[in-house]
Parts: sequence; structure tokens; C-alpha cells
Amino acid sequence: MAESGSPVRLTGWGRTAATRATLIPVSGEDDVRAVLDGRSARGVVARGLARSYGDAAQNAGGDVLDMTGADRVLDVDLATGEVEVEAGISLDRLMTLFVPLGLFVPVTAGTRYVTVGGAIAADIHGKNHHRAGSFAQHVAWLDLLLADGTIRRVGPDQDADLFWATAGGMGLTGVILRARVRMKPIESAQLLVDTDRTPDLDSLLSLLTGTDHLYDYSVAWIDCVARGRRMGRSVLTRGRFARRDELPARRRVDPLRYSSAVTVSVPDVFPPGLLNRATVAAFNELWYRRAPRQERDRLQSIPRFFHPLDGVGDWNRVYGPRGFVQYQFTVPFGQEEAMRAALERISDSGSASFLAVLKRFGDGNPGMLSYPSPGWTLALDVPVVAGLAGLLDGLDRLVVDAGGRIYLAKDSRVRPDLFERMYPRLEAFRTVRTQVDPRGVFTSDLARRLSL
Amino acid sequence: MIDALGSVGSLLLVGGTSDIAVATAHRYLAERPLRVVVAARDTPRRGEVAADLTAAGADVQVVDFDADDPESPARMVAEAAAGGDIDVAVVAFGQLGDADRLRTDSEAVAQIGHVNYVAPAVVGTELANRMREQGHGVIVALSSVAGERVRASNFVYGSTKAGMDAFYSGLADSLAGTGVSVLVVRPGFVKSKMTAHLPDVPLSTTPEAVADAIVTGVRRGGTRCGCPAPCAGS
Ligand SMILES: Cc1cc2nc3c(=O)[nH]c(=O)nc-3n(C[C@H](O)[C@H](O)[C@H](O)COP(=O)(O)OP(=O)(O)OC[C@H]3O[C@@H](n4cnc5c(N)ncnc54)[C@H](O)[C@@H]3O)c2cc1C
Repeated sequence: MAESGSPVRLTGWGRTAATRATLIPVSGEDDVRAVLDGRSARGVVARGLARSYGDAAQNAGGDVLDMTGADRVLDVDLATGEVEVEAGISLDRLMTLFVPLGLFVPVTAGTRYVTVGGAIAADIHGKNHHRAGSFAQHVAWLDLLLADGTIRRVGPDQDADLFWATAGGMGLTGVILRARVRMKPIESAQLLVDTDRTPDLDSLLSLLTGTDHLYDYSVAWIDCVARGRRMGRSVLTRGRFARRDELPARRRVDPLRYSSAVTVSVPDVFPPGLLNRATVAAFNELWYRRAPRQERDRLQSIPRFFHPLDGVGDWNRVYGPRGFVQYQFTVPFGQEEAMRAALERISDSGSASFLAVLKRFGDGNPGMLSYPSPGWTLALDVPVVAGLAGLLDGLDRLVVDAGGRIYLAKDSRVRPDLFERMYPRLEAFRTVRTQVDPRGVFTSDLARRLSL
Repeated sequence: MIDALGSVGSLLLVGGTSDIAVATAHRYLAERPLRVVVAARDTPRRGEVAADLTAAGADVQVVDFDADDPESPARMVAEAAAGGDIDVAVVAFGQLGDADRLRTDSEAVAQIGHVNYVAPAVVGTELANRMREQGHGVIVALSSVAGERVRASNFVYGSTKAGMDAFYSGLADSLAGTGVSVLVVRPGFVKSKMTAHLPDVPLSTTPEAVADAIVTGVRRGGTRCGCPAPCAGS
């Protein structure tokens, strides 16, 4: 039965702002209904693999549903490439099961340890956004358990408003139980990758603008420590899945062979002081130098190309006990100066950040709180240090004035009043949410923090 | 909710007209707009504080609080929480008393014991209950160095602060693992309206410096902070 929950302190991936809730494992709709029946006055929210950085999957004083036990595959149609799965299944598991059958997930985050429910609730984007859009665009339908215990099947062409409030809706419309996902056919488990080093931001942006459409996947790593002339120097990697006949002979025998990398853990005792401007600068220098100036058609495995960080388990611990935040924002095309200014402020602040990632987005979708919109997106990890709140509040203002926005799945600190200005469809979202959940049963720390 | 970087969405000031409480609200308001609940007796000063904080960008709610009334703490906390979660509560009321009179007047002793120890302990208990239910929150208790080493010159006052300090330190331990934390702040001699009639003392501090220490302490997320650094000098 579902009331076997236990009180725990929960955080997101950034390990900040812990709050206490009752975590209840659920394996299906009956369990979820039981929680709704006996729920606390503080409401309920679903939680997947907790890879969102902030407080989206937390609910202080209330109930949190651990969805990861609901992870079955319910139906597979190899002809159309559609799979029907429970929402707690991870993209990792989907890859293990389906890559050997010639099907890849339509969109993957920089980690494969996210659930399908989390992927829809944050409407995640990948390196193929400019081509394929975000995750929800590959969902034929999903079953949503509402506050009153009923289940509604919604999709882009059935109950579209509720579907587009749920895609990107951060778990606040109900619990996603199942979804039918259109997978991407592949002939091999290898990618053909082109790498280019660019000496500064301008050269990166113009290379992306001119040639991004030629690649299925593309992303740039930016050296955030480099300043002056070299500001924005980057390593750009772009690629596509190889066809079977493009593989070397020995790989053609078993082209869809897939294994995820072995993981090693960063010890808990990793000294937080180790990450400073000097060590990050050294790391970045090495990373930049190590990358080939220009390389074409290099074969890379799926984990290597998509999820290099998954090779290091628990790397979020390197930032030490105070945790870290990720700042991810987008600005529209034509607002490159705002992005440059943001990058300058970050590198001038001396906040040690490696793993700054830049990508060019394609069109957005009708998701009311979906993050991607045409323009540039930059994401960077920053350890929590004194003065960071002021720096990031300043960046928010810059971003909002440029017509841009921040990403809720990464957020743990945006100003509520500025957030409202970033998402013009917030009111539409609130209207749908009030219709399906008039008493606000589904809520989270994120929802409280931002008065969503 | 207190966010990842220690910014605060709502602030309850118990003894909301105290200089330290008001300075703390201003310190937060300098960063962002937020909800501030001013809990105090219905005096003209309360109205001024509310107007002042509103002008500084706060969404102000005023609730009655009277340390002499045993029913008041529970009612005050419930009213403050009706408008949403309480992220940070600053317990900032207290009396210095007249040291000479307190040496001989047992009624005055009972009275200051109530205002400085009993009432804060009752408020702390009500706040802790509420925040335990919330699953998060920080209680900031304004103690004093006078309670750390009780001096003969004002030992009655010191003893009430010692009791109050011990209560909140114990409360901090009892709340481990609940998502709620307690910050005990022990400023030195603070130049404020409470001490305006006393002669200047070397090493005194200001309400603004104490407010800074509070904001930093909440941001650091620790359970206790001794005499905050800025209180020692300046
Ligand atoms: C290393 C790393 C790299 C990342 N890279 C990317 C990236 O490239 N692109 C990108 O878009 N994101 C990226 N992310 C963010 C991540 O993809 C999202 O936060 C995603 O939502 C995490 O899924 P999860 O299962 O861990 O969900 P959680 O973090 O557990 O929850 C996220 C949200 O989904 C809701 N939710 C979860 N399950 C359900 C359900 N069954 N029903 C209803 N609501 C539900 C929760 O309530 C919460 O609001 C990255 C994160 C990390 C740690």
C-alpha cells in the first residue's frame, strides 16, 4: 500500500535548499490514488530521477511520489517505432532495451538518467533541438492522473490544452502515468562526429548560423574562464547517426551493439576548495587544447557523444556541501549582444564554471511553460559562493530585457517577478491548472517559490 | 521558499517594530521584493514601519502580537501563516529593563522574565510547530552577548537572555532533520532605540550590522552563529 512513505530531506541535483517531505514509492495508478485520498494538506508532486537541479521535485511538508518503480514497457510497435511505457522508466533503460532493435530515444538530455515523466514534465531538449524540437513533440499521447483521481488521455490532438500545459508543466497538472513515445530509427549505435575549435564567440555563432542545419546533433562547449579576445572560445561537436554501410567492416557485423559506460564515483570527501578559478582555468585550457582544431567523420559511441558526464557517477559532489546552481538561459536571435554581455559578466565575476554549454535552438512548441524558443541557449554550472545571488539576479534582468528566459528544470533561484515576464503563456497555464486542480493538490517547492 | 542562494520569499518579524527587525527587512528588500509580516502591538510605530516597508517594495501584512498576552503567540503565528509559508521568522522582541530596579523589584523581575524568556519560548514553540509542518523554514532568535556571560551590572536581563539562548539552542538540536533550522544571533551592545538612553560603549554595533549578520547566517544555512563578526567591531 502506498502509505509506506518515509520522511526524508530532499534536494535536486544541485544539492541546495533541502526540504523535508514524505517520499512514497508508487508503482501504478492505484498507489497514486491511495496517496491522493490520504494526502496531507501540503499536497503532492511526482519525482523521477531527481535530475532537475533545483526544487521542482520537492514538496516541503507534503507528499512526493517516487515514480521510478513504475518502469514497465507496455507495448512496442517496431513498424512505427512507437513504444508505450510507464512514466518512471529511464532513458537509460530505453536505450539499453531499444538501441539493439534499431530505435533511439527521440530526444535525450545531457544525462540519460532521467525518466520519461521527467522528460515530459520539463519538456527536455537535446542536441537535436534545431532539427527535432523537444521531447513532448515526440509524444503521441500520455495518461494523466488528475487531482480528482480520474485519468485523462491527452495529446497534441486530444485535449491539446491540457497536453501543452503538462508538457513543461513541471508536474503541476497531475501525475503522468504512461506515455506513447515515437522513437527514432537508427541503423547503427555509432555517430559520425565533426569537431571544430573556434577561437572566440563570434566565430562560433557564425559557424553555427551558417552550417547547423547540416547536422542532426550539435552543441558547443565554451570556455567561460577565457577573457578578452579569447572570450567564448569553444569546442563545437556536431554529428549524426552512422548508417550501417558507413561503419568499418568489423563493426558492420553487429552495428547496433550498445553498452553504457562503467561509472566511477567522486568520493564524498572531494575537497570543495579544489574548484577555483585556477584549477578550472587549467582544466579548460587542457580541454580546449586536447580537442582537434578540426576533425571530420570521427566515429563515437552513444555514451561518448551524448552522455560523457554519466561516466562519472555523482559528479555533483565535487562542488562540496554548499552545492551548486546551473544557470541556463536563452535569448532570441538578434540578441547576441545580450549573450555576450552575460558571458562577460560571468567570466569577469571569477565564478569558477566549467561545463558551459551553448546551443542554437530551433522553433518552440505550444507548451505553455516549455523552455526552448528560437535563439541561443547557454547553460553553466556555478558553485554557490558569496555574491552569486546578486550576479544572477543581474543576469536575469539582462535576459528578460532581451526577450529571453531561464529554464525551470535547472532553476533554483530566479526572482518570481522576473520569471512572470519570461513566460508570457504563464496565465494560460494557470487557467488550465485551475480547471483540472482547483484546490491546488499538486504543488511543489518550485511552485511555492515562484507562485506558479 | 528560501531559494538555493538564500534569498527569501517571506519574512515574519516578531517584534516587528524593533530596529533590528526593520533593518533585516530592508536588507532583504534591497535585493528583491518579498512578503513581510509585521507582528507587533497596535501602535503608531507599527503603522510607520508598515508604510516604510511597503514603500521599500514589500508586500506587507500586519498582525497583532502582544508578548504579555499568553494567547497571542499561537494566534499570531496562525495569522501570519494564513497568507502562505513563513520562510524566515525573526524573533526580535525583548526589554532591557532598569538594572537598578530589577535588583529589588520582584514584580519587575517576573515581568522581564516573561517578556524575555517565557514569551520567546512560547513563540519559538509555535513557530517550530508550524515550520515542522511546512517541512522548511529558519527561525532567527535575537539573543545577546549579555546572556553568554552574565554580568553583575545587569544580571537579571542577562539571565533572561541566557535562558532564551539556551531554549533556542536546544530547539535547534531538536529540529535536526526536519528541514527547519534555527539561527541564534548574539550581537554585542546594539545602538538602537532600546539602548538610546544609555551612554555610548566601545565595540558597539548597529542594527544594520546585525541585519547583515542575519542575512549572511541564513544564506550560509548553518544552525547557529555566535556573535556575528560585524558586531564585534565598527
Ligand atoms: C547532467 C545533467 C544534464 C542535463 N542535460 C539536460 C539537457 O541537455 N536538456 C534538458 O532539457 N535538460 C537537461 N537536464 C535536466 C533534466 O533533463 C530534467 O531536469 C529532467 O526533468 C529530469 O528528469 P527526472 O526524471 O530526473 O525528473 P525530476 O528531476 O525527478 O523531476 C523533474 C520534474 O518532472 C516532474 N515529474 C517527474 N516525473 C513525473 C511524472 N511521472 N508525472 C508528472 N510529473 C513528473 C517533477 O514533478 C518535476 O517537476 C540535465 C540534468 C543533468 C543533471
